[in-house]
Amino acid sequence: MIRVVLPHHLRTLARVRGEVELHVEGRATQRSVLDALEAGYPMLRGTIRDHATGQRRAFVRFFACEQDLSHEPPDAPLPDAVASGTEPFLVVGAMAGG
Amino acid sequence: MSGVRVLVGTRKGAFVLTSDGKRERWEVSGPHFAGWEIYHVAGSPAAPDRLYASQSNGWFGQLIQRSDDGGKTWEPVGNEFAYDGVPGTHQWYDGTPHPWEFARVWHFEPSPTDPDTVYAGVEDAGLFRTTDGGQTWQELPGLREQDSGSSWQPGAGGLCLHTIVLDPSDPERIFAAISAAGVFRTDDAGKTWRPINRGLQSEGIPDPDAEVGHCVHRIAMHRSRPHVLFMQKHWDVMRSDDAGESWHEVSGNLPSDFGFPIGVHAHEPDTVYVVPIKSDSEHYPPDGRLRVYRSRTGGNEWEALTDGLPQSNCYVNVLRDAMAVDLLDSCGVYFGTTGGQVYASADAGDSWAPIVRDLPAVLSVEVQALP
Repeated sequence: MIRVVLPHHLRTLARVRGEVELHVEGRATQRSVLDALEAGYPMLRGTIRDHATGQRRAFVRFFACEQDLSHEPPDAPLPDAVASGTEPFLVVGAMAGG
Repeated sequence: MSGVRVLVGTRKGAFVLTSDGKRERWEVSGPHFAGWEIYHVAGSPAAPDRLYASQSNGWFGQLIQRSDDGGKTWEPVGNEFAYDGVPGTHQWYDGTPHPWEFARVWHFEPSPTDPDTVYAGVEDAGLFRTTDGGQTWQELPGLREQDSGSSWQPGAGGLCLHTIVLDPSDPERIFAAISAAGVFRTDDAGKTWRPINRGLQSEGIPDPDAEVGHCVHRIAMHRSRPHVLFMQKHWDVMRSDDAGESWHEVSGNLPSDFGFPIGVHAHEPDTVYVVPIKSDSEHYPPDGRLRVYRSRTGGNEWEALTDGLPQSNCYVNVLRDAMAVDLLDSCGVYFGTTGGQVYASADAGDSWAPIVRDLPAVLSVEVQALP
């Protein structure tokens, strides 16, 4: 079971509280986790990755295990602690403002 | 008609304001989609409880929300706006080619007859349509692919298609306005388009009377007289009596002919409203006095409407989509400000009162007359 933490606005949009738990077939990667997330919560399509290109939106970041995974290839394996559910995969709205 | 519903889009959410036909006491609902920019909320004339809201922000992009109960509950629908084919480039601010990129939906224009059909004007400028209640959106590419498309350049707010006017007498005719390209018209339901900007003069472009490149802020029409159009351009208030084939200036005695919105009285085709703003470098009313100006002569002769509006120390703006008129017998006029006030007049502008004073900056105001 993969645990995903969404930012406030996306939790509201998906109508979830706290973490989202996902079952991911095969190896846990950014792509497989986000595919499973969007399959379960289709209203999130287009909010994390671009509809057409599948690329991460510019002001969205992916963190896990105190690492910034945003620039990792989408098919790279996520850390074992994420794949095992020990640590969550964090979808983060980049901090902005003054 | 038993009442009105005012749909307000703001920088930080949507609000729904309702009242009976007297339009004196109001109920305020919201914020809906708190924290998101709501560029526009529009209702279907064919089914007034069907609403569409454009919800966006810089982090998570564009969402479209739909309500089937007048704004009490909402459901996200389709949010994929893919340009048709390979969209090519338009000009960037510095004159270099820039790829067409979808940024947001600025404006909805619902069909007058089908609640599932809605036109959407987007940035970068394009016209989209849904015929399934917002589940899917298809571009009408003929506008973007019009000969001048590659030369279009954004205004300060982006290259946005912000105004869509459907001709009630001819379902094949649509007007669309783009900043900073101008007005375009189709007579074949969106297949082909041509610019209709003859008579516009804009000093901010190299050729002041060029065929395209004009920063048109808003156009408006009275449904009984669809060949007459009124325009608030960046500077100048304009009128066309031939469905946009030619335009002439009707700024007359306005204290400033810069502004954003323009509206037409629901029952008097020659009664027109504008909100003069001091200049394009000072986006607030002249002399710090918030005045709506009304012409009862189709332009040129304007009177200031001030009763109930702040007449000192007022430095708000009124954006292009932030004024609306209702269809009640005594025509109501509404507008919202960047200071968060929404003002209403139940007597065609003679007197005004705020419905709310402290919303986030208002981006859009629409009004529905309820049966």
